[in-house]
Amino acid sequence: MSTLEHKLMNTTETVFTAEFHTLDGNGLEKAKKYADRFQGWFDGVNATDNTAAHAHVSNVASAIAMKQLGLEPILQVVCRDKNRLAQQADIMGASMFGVENFVALTGDDVTAGDEPEARRVFDTDGPQLVRLMSTIKRGEYMSGRKIDPAPHMFIGAVENPGAPPFEYRVQRVAKKYAAGAKFLQLQICYHQDRLEKFCAGVRDAGLAGKIAIIPTVVLVKGPRPLNFMHNSVPGIDVPADQIARVEKATDPAEEAYLQTLEFAQHALAQPAVRGLHITDFRNDDTLERLMTDLGRVREITTNSSTTNEVKDDHAYSA
Amino acid sequence: MTTFIATIEHVVKGPVWGCQDCGQCVLHSTGMTCPMNCPKTLRNGPCGGVRENGHCEVKPEMKCVWLKAYDRTQDWPLPATWKAEYNHLRPPVDNRLKGTSSWKNFFTKRDRWTPTGWKNSTDESVAQGVDH
Ligand code: SF4
Repeated sequence: MSTLEHKLMNTTETVFTAEFHTLDGNGLEKAKKYADRFQGWFDGVNATDNTAAHAHVSNVASAIAMKQLGLEPILQVVCRDKNRLAQQADIMGASMFGVENFVALTGDDVTAGDEPEARRVFDTDGPQLVRLMSTIKRGEYMSGRKIDPAPHMFIGAVENPGAPPFEYRVQRVAKKYAAGAKFLQLQICYHQDRLEKFCAGVRDAGLAGKIAIIPTVVLVKGPRPLNFMHNSVPGIDVPADQIARVEKATDPAEEAYLQTLEFAQHALAQPAVRGLHITDFRNDDTLERLMTDLGRVREITTNSSTTNEVKDDHAYSA
Repeated sequence: MTTFIATIEHVVKGPVWGCQDCGQCVLHSTGMTCPMNCPKTLRNGPCGGVRENGHCEVKPEMKCVWLKAYDRTQDWPLPATWKAEYNHLRPPVDNRLKGTSSWKNFFTKRDRWTPTGWKNSTDESVAQGVDH
């Protein structure tokens, strides 16, 4: 049983997950640096699947690398690039290397990426992929062909509490729960009222304690990535006053940190919430600072410095 | 005869519902809104990319298909059984049915066919949470 599963299913502990950085050139070397920074802080780290519709080192390869580097991977599987056969193959391939956590996403459209001319697949959708994962977990492929022994799997999904239709988002949680999801990582939401309503809705639907809600916060260095998310990422709306707050501050980097901390504390106080997912676009010592401010104690120490700045060319980087 | 039915169906459903001839019609359970008009062909609700104004991530000029479906399910006087089906988990599309008549597939129950593994994964069998 994975640590993530154990903590969520058998304890009341708050869990922390994070987004692993995308890997391109020098993949293994970079993976090692990132793994050193994350070591001991997180109960699971997402091996992303061509995030934002850009090609990178595959989800399965980075999950295996993480496993070898001592992190606990969460294999993200999206529906955009692969049909159901390839999705099943990826899940089985990762589980052969001991990956136990899986998260199903519909995924951004190809038009969000740098190869918008690509064919979009969407042979399955998010809820169907959750059910497909549950089918493998039961010991069968989609066709009914047996898998013996069946892989051990802890299955999750994602949801966006900040995109319309708001009330309907809770019904989707119920659907994903019924399909087999035990945890739900949320898209970053800069409207606290929307997150509050969403979490209250999950509680009122009787789903608290059945599906663990894990909201996301993002560490950014200044207003630029906030503007980028607001203007260029469909489904994310950053209120003007939140952007202005960072923009007008005498020390924008510090203000951006305080904003993240505030959103993290607010998210952790909501009903049905069992943990926090962290996307780090800063790559500096604020990751450690945030974890410490949230009361997390690092579980191991590594030789490498945690404040090691790693160059990252992601579009969100400040 | 089969082609004839498919043609009639296309002529009727094409202009009114924007039918994409998937051959396994779910219009009744989606507020008479064809989910195959979603650029991602999602059959189980909206993606996370719906814009602030309710428009589509992929086609910003179009209202999200699933917002339309949701509003219509609430507002239109549709039979209660149809409305109840709105939140059902619809299986992945059977790609072999593309271009065939969903009316015929409905009457022959061909559109109810799902692969064995999927069929065996009922809400109950999934909830039992087999652990290995
Ligand atoms: S925004 Fe709506 S119509 Fe557009 S891809 Fe997402 S679910 Fe489909």
